[in-house]
Amino acid sequence: MTLQHFMNEAISPWMREEGPDSDIVLSTRIRLARNFAQYSFPILALDKDLQHICQFIRQEYEHQSFQDYHDFSFVPIQDLSPIERRVLVEKHLISPHLAEQNHASAVLISKNEQVSIMVNEEDHLRIQLYFPGFQLNHALKKVFELDDWLEGKIDYAFDEKRGYLTGCPTNVGTGMRASVMMHLPSLSWTQQINRMIPAINQLGLVVRGIYGEGSEATGNIFQISNQITLGKSEEDIVEDLQSVVRELIEHERKARNYIMEQSSTRLEDRIFRSYGVLAYSRIIESKEAARCLSDVRLGIDLGIIENVSRNILNELMVLTQPGFLQQYAKKTLSANERDVLRASLIRERIQLEG
Amino acid sequence: MECQECHKRPAALHFTQVINGDKTEVYVCEVCAKEKGYMSYPEEGYSLHHLLSGLFNSTFESPKGTSGQQTHELQCPQCEMTLSEFKRVGKFGCPTCYETFSDHLDSIFRRVHSGNMRHHGKIPARVGGDMRIKKQVDAYKEELQRLIQNEAFEEAATVRDKIKELEKQTRGDNT
Repeated sequence: MTLQHFMNEAISPWMREEGPDSDIVLSTRIRLARNFAQYSFPILALDKDLQHICQFIRQEYEHQSFQDYHDFSFVPIQDLSPIERRVLVEKHLISPHLAEQNHASAVLISKNEQVSIMVNEEDHLRIQLYFPGFQLNHALKKVFELDDWLEGKIDYAFDEKRGYLTGCPTNVGTGMRASVMMHLPSLSWTQQINRMIPAINQLGLVVRGIYGEGSEATGNIFQISNQITLGKSEEDIVEDLQSVVRELIEHERKARNYIMEQSSTRLEDRIFRSYGVLAYSRIIESKEAARCLSDVRLGIDLGIIENVSRNILNELMVLTQPGFLQQYAKKTLSANERDVLRASLIRERIQLEG
Repeated sequence: MECQECHKRPAALHFTQVINGDKTEVYVCEVCAKEKGYMSYPEEGYSLHHLLSGLFNSTFESPKGTSGQQTHELQCPQCEMTLSEFKRVGKFGCPTCYETFSDHLDSIFRRVHSGNMRHHGKIPARVGGDMRIKKQVDAYKEELQRLIQNEAFEEAATVRDKIKELEKQTRGDNT
């Protein structure tokens, strides 16, 4: 497995499989923050300690396999160009924070890209596991097994009273952030989502945009995750998140039916206009592309558009991001050049299918 | 009404904080509002970190009744982070910081994690071996009580033996 492989394909192998409720839930992710007991956290650690941690992870886990997660690649962040770093962020394999690091840091990625373990981000280890669709319980079971396997060789910083010790007080305890990526076009159109977000926040859950903290919900994609990590068991946290997500799925389906019944021609018009923009435009900004992709995706889910696969849309969502476009072009592009390349890539994919 | 921070000047401002549904109302004077960070929200880039250091500053007032001015500042022996640095940054320097600053953490965790201060989740298999056993012993002890109450003495004896066995294991590990 080479780095080039992670860079060339916009869509990760695990994304090609269809998960439960995949008309609304794109993916499920669980992240665990873990630290070595004997070192300071990355913000204060000595450079030699950070390097030592990287070396240790490389030695023990590079090219290893665990269950379905084969042949881990070890990728040092310093070896990557700014564009390559950005591509990994756009694929959610690393965080924007890790991409900015200049100290010894790395990411360990399984061949199918389902597992990515960030080394020396805010914590020594950030273990991430992805699943397609809505499968929180399964993801939790699997990430626990992965965590136990890793722990076989690492003394974790753990305290009986406070749990897993982390760099930031917001992660202490379970160190777990469980999140679900949802496509909620009908709840956004009808403005219902704005009324639901405060209620969701009250339950200790957070709603964010597609690229995490501080990002906007482009393309009607929302990420719902737990905020609280201390005092509740992982199972309870997942259960709470699960019930809210189930509720949102229910509401989104109702809203879709409602729009279909009340204004089906208007809905069809909107969806086909967006399809037209994607199929024929010569210049397209990322925001407009995201909006149109969301419309066409809804069109597919409702059976209004039949000859395009959902996978193409998943792929286009990543492929049309600035980092990926530049990786594709093999050079730095101005915003204008990106808009032209984006339009041409989208046209190609859509017509390939149509 | 007097200011709830300085108890000297009259309260001029009223703030309502809602954290995970818990509402706290604060009445303060303008000076304290600025100093204690009620109004110090930056125009943009308002991040979780700002929120945290705001929380810390209002929390860290003269712990255990000593009147502020500590001559010897608390400092972590492992990473050398001081209490005031910790307050400013809002992040721990190393695992030992949790012990060093432990007197100050309950109120922070309570706010950040809606009232929770104690971990109730996964325990690592190797590092936490003893803790896993302790958890198991506690469960057996409860069972033992129940069995004794029901006068199921024979079964109680087996459970008691299991407890003894486990306790022997933990003692063995500690040496």
